[in-house]
Amino acid sequence: MEKVVLGNHAVSYGVLVSRVQTISAYPITPQTLIVERLSEMVADGELDAIFTKVESEHSALASAIGSSSVGARAFTATSSQGLALMHEMIHWASGARLPIVLANVNRAMAPGWNIWTDQNDSLSCRDTGWMQIYCQNNQEVLDSIIMGYKVSEQVLLPTMVCLDAFVLSHTAENVDIPEVKLVDKYLPPYKLEIKMDIDDPHSFGALSSPENYMEFRYKMQEAMDKAEDIIIKEGKEFEKIFGRKYGMVEEYRTEGAEIILVATATIASTAKASIDSLRAKGINIGLLRLRVFRPFPVKDVVRVLLNKKKAIVIDRNISYGKSGIFFDEIKGAFYNIEGDKPKIFGYIAGLGGRDVTPEAISDMVDDAMRKDKPEKDIIWSGVKL
Amino acid sequence: MKHDKKKVEIKGASDMPDMPASLGSMASNKTASWRNLRPEIDESKCIKCFICWKFCPDAAIAFIDENTPPKINYDYCKGCGICAAECPKKCIEMVEE
Ligand code: SF4
Ligand code: SF4
Repeated sequence: MEKVVLGNHAVSYGVLVSRVQTISAYPITPQTLIVERLSEMVADGELDAIFTKVESEHSALASAIGSSSVGARAFTATSSQGLALMHEMIHWASGARLPIVLANVNRAMAPGWNIWTDQNDSLSCRDTGWMQIYCQNNQEVLDSIIMGYKVSEQVLLPTMVCLDAFVLSHTAENVDIPEVKLVDKYLPPYKLEIKMDIDDPHSFGALSSPENYMEFRYKMQEAMDKAEDIIIKEGKEFEKIFGRKYGMVEEYRTEGAEIILVATATIASTAKASIDSLRAKGINIGLLRLRVFRPFPVKDVVRVLLNKKKAIVIDRNISYGKSGIFFDEIKGAFYNIEGDKPKIFGYIAGLGGRDVTPEAISDMVDDAMRKDKPEKDIIWSGVKL
Repeated sequence: MKHDKKKVEIKGASDMPDMPASLGSMASNKTASWRNLRPEIDESKCIKCFICWKFCPDAAIAFIDENTPPKINYDYCKGCGICAAECPKKCIEMVEE
């Protein structure tokens, strides 16, 4: 069924058709509409789930961890400061290997107090063992919730589905909401091998000594490696049933390109318009959109960028004292690679929700085209000095 | 995977569960090795109030029936002395191991 829905409600519909069994809810702008709509779905009997109102984000994820541990399909949503308050439980959910799906509306961290979009909230969870997906439109938001459960329940790692504050969360777009029966064909019920069960007791999260702690971490990394293949496989399976294609990355007009613009989330969808106008001017440029951040798409990044003259990375985030985070990861991916590596330019843009317009993107491209190589790791776009 | 009373031997990652959860049970994992004071109940003075049973933080005191003094399980008692401190008759003595 086609419907015009906000990005936040696309999340709610994704949760509905995935037959999620428990929702733990704590409000925060700009996420609140997600759980608000879910509360209506549960109250109206549309969704057969337990809806728990908790007293903090820390409890929201703790509650999801509890329900996932007994074998229920669990969901929660948050943003920015809320995700930061969850952080202890973020590590717990992945360490306990629970396939929870969490929607994070990307919002800037305070202070200065700011409710607009920025990726530093979710990227602060980089090293926690969560898979992370960055969406470019509301359809992808809905689809990523369904695929999130499908992948998470196979590799036993949680998934964070990220959508830009306001640009997606509060913007209405046409979205195809698949029938639950169709989603059932794709997403089987969740079955956990070792779960909290009074008839088959185990100790959970007990002491893990130096003799075996490292092996648990080794297994998490193994699961992340496996996740890359499963994301690709499940993306193809998804296309067969729903007709929409998803992988680790998306390429746009990269054929014959000498310069590749690399962007994520909604900056990438804006960038497509910039690519079209730059191509019309005869510039051989294409776009690489990184959709999955963890596991990091090293293979795709190297495949697309190798033998290109320049890569222009736009980061709506910053690792203070280093550079843009995607920029840094892309540079790292090339270090041990032989061959003709591109010059990689790293631009910081759009922090705290500042608009990244097609003109701003063209300016970054012009700037990179004028230079032989980047002089430093951070090039600020549009900062007022 | 079924609840197993036997001690589970783990060689490495390949035979470990994904989630940090026990494969076997605490029935095989005796935890009393660190005790240096052992609580001993003087059954002649015990009034079977079972306050010690309620307070033991390790559930190492067993309730048998209302007319029998409770029994301490020395495989799990860690010797914290809470039972001795709480006993209203002061009939639990902490004895050096
Ligand atoms: S000494 Fe502590 S652990 Fe041992 S039986 Fe008494 S209360 Fe329980
Ligand atoms: S607390 Fe003391 S009196 Fe009461 S049951 Fe235990 S040993 Fe007996």
